[in-house]
Amino acid sequence: MTLPTRDDLIDFVYHEARVIDEGRFDEWLELWGSDSYYWMPLDYQQDNPKNMTSLMYEDAFLRKLRVERLNGLRTFSQKPKSRCSHVLNRPSIEAFDPKAGQFITRTAVHYVETRLDDQFLLTATVHHHFEMAEDELKIKLKRVDLLNCDAAFGNIQLFI
Amino acid sequence: MTMKYKDNPQAVADLVRPAEVHRDLYIDDEVFALEMKHLFASTWVYVGHESQVPNAGDYFATDVAAQPILLARHTDGEVYVLHNRCPHKGTKIVIDRTGNTGKFFRCPYHAWSFRTNGKLLAIPLKKGYKDTGFEQSEAGQSGLPPVGAVKNYRGFIFVRMNQEGISFEEFFGGSLSSLDNMVDRSPVGKLEVAGPPLRYMHNCNWKMLVDNQTDTCHPMVAHESSAGTAVEIWESIEKDENTKTPMAMEVIAPFMSPYEFFEDMGIRTWPNGHGHTGVHHSIHSDYSAIPGYLEMMVEAYGEERAKAILGENRHNTVYFPNIMIKGPIQQLRVFIPLAANKTLVESYIFRLVDAPDMLLERTAMYNRLINAPTSIVGHDDLEMYERAQEGLHSQELEWVNVQRLYDADENLDEEAVENGTTERQMRNQFHAWKKFVVASMEAEARDLTDA
Repeated sequence: MTLPTRDDLIDFVYHEARVIDEGRFDEWLELWGSDSYYWMPLDYQQDNPKNMTSLMYEDAFLRKLRVERLNGLRTFSQKPKSRCSHVLNRPSIEAFDPKAGQFITRTAVHYVETRLDDQFLLTATVHHHFEMAEDELKIKLKRVDLLNCDAAFGNIQLFI
Repeated sequence: MTMKYKDNPQAVADLVRPAEVHRDLYIDDEVFALEMKHLFASTWVYVGHESQVPNAGDYFATDVAAQPILLARHTDGEVYVLHNRCPHKGTKIVIDRTGNTGKFFRCPYHAWSFRTNGKLLAIPLKKGYKDTGFEQSEAGQSGLPPVGAVKNYRGFIFVRMNQEGISFEEFFGGSLSSLDNMVDRSPVGKLEVAGPPLRYMHNCNWKMLVDNQTDTCHPMVAHESSAGTAVEIWESIEKDENTKTPMAMEVIAPFMSPYEFFEDMGIRTWPNGHGHTGVHHSIHSDYSAIPGYLEMMVEAYGEERAKAILGENRHNTVYFPNIMIKGPIQQLRVFIPLAANKTLVESYIFRLVDAPDMLLERTAMYNRLINAPTSIVGHDDLEMYERAQEGLHSQELEWVNVQRLYDADENLDEEAVENGTTERQMRNQFHAWKKFVVASMEAEARDLTDA
């Protein structure tokens, strides 16, 4: 089996952010493993995505739904569309264990989303958990912890 | 600024016609101030759930009627609802939303301290007030003042800010059956708040959210982009007899139900502005059974009663003025008015004590898929509210229409069940709005005359 290098993990994180910023969402869907989740907890240091509310906990079906909706003709909250920009700190490698198949990065992110005259900034710590699938690096879990997860937000419409 | 509505109950009454309401109910700052003072203070408003303050010294802080309020569990086990304002300089006593204060509250400014029932406990260097008449002052007498009246109904804490006014039982009447059904769904008749609420800021008037709760003609339109797309994706996936419909599809697909589904579901209204959709069935009717749950309910209540409890599928129950509950999934949403054009929506979920965890899992999923600031359903609702908030500033048209299935003979002071697409419940809310605001304004005018 081909193993990823540390640089592969780091490059992946930058690449993923760029794909989102450029609105290449169909391509973004291909970055995920088969049984994978995008998780944005609601509670600070939340340890369980199922027994309390999260902001997002999305499997392949729900991610596809989000992306298809963005492309829809009657997606009123996206007429006009939002745009976003990620600024990433260099990801650190939190786990690199080929034997256990465990590869985890941690990235500090500043995320800006805009639509019409409104623009807002969110700060998050993002953990990517990777897996190798047919010699390709895929996301198994992407956990996005917002610095102000307990604040009241308006619409957050794209992906951090 | 000239005051158009203050001290003018007739002008306020004229804003609500039988089947249309004036836009000033949504956009006018003066009307907003009047409804905080006269509607939110004279009716029963939800504050929180007792499970948010399980132990002595626990507190929960929120806003009621645009005022800082805290809910505290005293050493005697009672829940007290107090004004979160030091009688000395006005400092808020607590500013975190939840916590435990120990045996007493202590103001962080000058260390005045108060028992958890609000009574003044001690003031440092108190001799400085000797012979000053302090005992007769507001500060010397009030402690953390309690609100006018508190009712703990099966764990749900409601308050009336005014000392005098309509009783809890008279205000809610038959509508309490929805809260009963939500609590009865626990085999031991008990709910617990599960985690923090979603907090979603809306740049619109609070009544737009309340109107929307029984608006059954918008889901298939505003939510086509989410629910319709979900149905399309699901239909395009190859399936065999073993393919299980995912929980997310069960939650989101019913939003695309046709008009007939919503017409047939029915709407019931009760006096004083309360009402619910889903009399006969609802978007929650066809959820998969959770293994073991029915058996637990039959064990606890007997078969007939258990089936009656679980047979209710009420969709949204509005408790006027500003909460909505979903009994079948144990969700409660509070529409907290902050300004004429600003509303904080907090969406709570509850665990059914001694019921299978899978129920809570589905409820948590519903909350995040439908009501989160990151929700593709919520996005389109908020979009509509904010467009309306801006559109209402047109000077050409002054009225918002609520005429669907209106009958000139309708009596909103009587309970009724009607076609599920009626706007009767919206009319019911405005009828109650006018009744309570105008009555309170007239009472104030009488008091002023007497004085």
